[in-house]
Amino acid sequence: MKRSSLLLGAAALALAPAAALAERGSSGHLNIIYWQAPSTLNPYLSGGTKEIESASLVLESMARFDQNGEMVPWLAADIPTVENGGVSEDLTSITWTIADGIVWSDGSALTPADFIFTWEYCTHPEGGCAQASSYDGVTSVEAVGDNQVRITFGAPTPFPYTAFVGSESPVIQAAQFADCLGARAPECTDANFGPIGTGPFVVDEFRPNDVIEFSANTNYRNPDQPGFATVTFRGGGDAVSAARSVCQTGEFDYAWNLQIDPQILADMEAEGNCNVVTAFGTSVERLHLNQTNPDPSLGDVRSTAQAGEHPFLTNPVIGQALSMAIDRALLVEVGYGAGGQPTCNVLPAPELYASTANDACLTQDIPGAIALLDEAGIVDTDGDGIREYNGTPLRVLYQTSTNAVRQDTQALVQAWWAELGIDTELRNIDASVFFGGDPASPDTFQKFYADIEMYTNNFAGVDPQAYMANWLCDDWPRPETQWQGANIQRFCSEEYDALVAEMAGTADLAERGRLARAMNDMLVQSYSIIPLIHRGGVSAHAVSIEGIQMSDWDSELWNIAEWTRTPGMERQ
Amino acid sequence: MVTYIIRRLILAVPALIFISFIIFMIVKLSPADPTANLPLTIPPEVREQIRESLGVNEPLVGQYLRWARMMFITEPLIMLEDALCSAPRLPDRSMPDGCWQMVPPDTSRIISYQTRSPVFDLIAISLPQTLWVVGTSYIIGILIGMPLGIVSAYKQYSLVDQGATFFSMVGFSIPTFFTGTMAIIIFSVWTPTDAWWWLPSSYDTTHVVEDWDSFVFQLQQMVMPMMVLGLYNAAQISRYMRASMLDNLQQDYVRTARAKGMGEGTVVLKHVLRNSLIPVVTVIALNVPAVFGGALITEQVFRVNGIGYQLIQAIRGADVPMVQTISFIFAVLVVMFNLIADVLYGILDPRIRYD
Repeated sequence: MKRSSLLLGAAALALAPAAALAERGSSGHLNIIYWQAPSTLNPYLSGGTKEIESASLVLESMARFDQNGEMVPWLAADIPTVENGGVSEDLTSITWTIADGIVWSDGSALTPADFIFTWEYCTHPEGGCAQASSYDGVTSVEAVGDNQVRITFGAPTPFPYTAFVGSESPVIQAAQFADCLGARAPECTDANFGPIGTGPFVVDEFRPNDVIEFSANTNYRNPDQPGFATVTFRGGGDAVSAARSVCQTGEFDYAWNLQIDPQILADMEAEGNCNVVTAFGTSVERLHLNQTNPDPSLGDVRSTAQAGEHPFLTNPVIGQALSMAIDRALLVEVGYGAGGQPTCNVLPAPELYASTANDACLTQDIPGAIALLDEAGIVDTDGDGIREYNGTPLRVLYQTSTNAVRQDTQALVQAWWAELGIDTELRNIDASVFFGGDPASPDTFQKFYADIEMYTNNFAGVDPQAYMANWLCDDWPRPETQWQGANIQRFCSEEYDALVAEMAGTADLAERGRLARAMNDMLVQSYSIIPLIHRGGVSAHAVSIEGIQMSDWDSELWNIAEWTRTPGMERQ
Repeated sequence: MVTYIIRRLILAVPALIFISFIIFMIVKLSPADPTANLPLTIPPEVREQIRESLGVNEPLVGQYLRWARMMFITEPLIMLEDALCSAPRLPDRSMPDGCWQMVPPDTSRIISYQTRSPVFDLIAISLPQTLWVVGTSYIIGILIGMPLGIVSAYKQYSLVDQGATFFSMVGFSIPTFFTGTMAIIIFSVWTPTDAWWWLPSSYDTTHVVEDWDSFVFQLQQMVMPMMVLGLYNAAQISRYMRASMLDNLQQDYVRTARAKGMGEGTVVLKHVLRNSLIPVVTVIALNVPAVFGGALITEQVFRVNGIGYQLIQAIRGADVPMVQTISFIFAVLVVMFNLIADVLYGILDPRIRYD
């Protein structure tokens, strides 16, 4: 981010007078490649990143998050706060004011009724809306006058910027979707494939899983935007070929999600046709250390409370040794390149919430880890090269999803742990099974029939309250909940639960920051979770494209209206 | 012959119903989950609601019967409606005046989990590019492979035969993801974009051929996938052709024909070729369903987003209705082309009689 944002900043300064003169559509045509093609343009019916981001060219929300995670009023005139009266003193309602002169691309006015309809659409019990959690806790959405929308919550909500904020919960047109409520939602193919929006582009043609053609919205509120007249949004292929088509053949201008061998990407960038851009949000690749006993001999009760504690992973000394043995910087170098940074926190961002208390883990210290284990009396007693803890040899099963980078990481970590005298068995499971959540499958990450597992998690938006509540004692995945639950490593601490409750009742931002950092430290220092890599989005764009402000807090195309091409370099 | 065909067609019905059930069960029993690819930020209760709205949790037999009803009744009737009507449908899917409305417009169709749109619409938009690219490459493969096979058999162990053997070894043993990527690197990356031999690395499915220039562009974007696939097909067919020709060239009737004083051209192209074609035609006919199936890997490499690509996407997304429907259509095609191959057999070889 830093390098390219500096460059972009300089470019923006230099080009400021030219940009002011730019006309709508003066930059011609833009080719975007998302190697995973969008299946629909209705983000409420899909929930996948590719659908949300492609729809963000058309559908908009009250506010979006910029590259720093700060809210920018978008359809709203301003951001409501307690100070300006937009958020009620008791934190149970928020009132948004629609900015003047915003119309849908068909020319009709955007009214509060559209927001009310959007809420009804997504919360309809038969609809299967993928973004329903954006409207959690909302008891009513109502119009105030003809340009205000009031959202009322059932309980005080210190962070009320969830509904109609960010790319996940955009407003859809009531007139277009009126007949598409609930179970009828999938029947509205025309609407789902060509939603009418307020955004800078309109859909000309949509071919599911293939290509979308957009053209500039003639009713867009800013008469000088968007800079591009037409956009082709292609899908298909894989990440390497997408990178090649921007950086080598020049057929495309912007490629998304280039998690490829860092060396290949760096070599392509060095040819000088493209710039690699990254944006970091909250994604952290982490190891979860099962706190319950996953011994297969326990049958169906393994990895549950009935199975009892894990024979050795509940001991923080062992977790700490495992963490110290890992060279996170090398993992980044091998697998992530520009798209990763070593981290020691499970909550790495926004800055307010990022703790610095655990940074010691950034340097690998295998002798230190060995000394730590020796001091704790966890030594090899039977001479087989593997340490024992209370008679149990330290053998772990380490599982993750099938993915080249993850398997590289597994192999490296296995070697480091072997140096400590800990034996690691590796396993990888197809992602659609591992993340599938099928309660009948023994291989899901929730069931956790292993000692250690690795994957990435993050949270949507910028507020960590709901995310930190993942580690509540009663959020363990267990048979009674069909193995649903977010507390994957089965962590439990009354003290932690109290902090979660305290945060839910705290509105003051600085205090919320302190609480979030305290929770992060408690989790990390329990060594039930070992953060590895703070992962960012990696994209590449042609050098002639200007104005990209990649954000991982929102759609990375959030400001596409401002994108332009260096004059004279337009596509034929 | 006619009664034979009718008998085979009648026998095909229970076979296809059985196949459809097997496909359904195999796809259904796979542990993949349609919500697995969603970001982890979407909570489990929302995932459960999505699964509920997709009908994943219904009893299996009910799901199969529902799918079978739509597959065997609703969808064919809708296709028939469209075929009999020249005007497009009204926005609410009902037929315009003067057309025969066989199924009510709100009848449920086979809906894809990923796109939430009718599966047959998706197949209809991806089939043309598959037929264009994979179909032409198949024809090219035949056009190159057959003469090559004939020549190398007739001139066995000659330089031409050695060259052809080398060519087919290369085509056979190098996977298309390698040849495809090599072709892209040579013709799209190393070649300057303004050179006339520069070729686009990705296939534009929205391109419409309306004049000479757009036809040239269509050719340009087809060349690489077509040649990569054509190389493979030609390799395969030339080997079959060669082997079959060699078998026949040893036969007594060839010596007799020569002894009668027939010209080499007549001997080879009339007597030997016709007899050698029987197994080759069977191989060609049996491979035609694969043309409709698209080329899974080549389509991915060149972003020809055809049927093969749709199938891969559907498998990745655990899109059961889509996988099921496409697989079943393949099954129908395989059964059909088996029959066609058998019929062709009878035509080419008068000794074979089915009645």
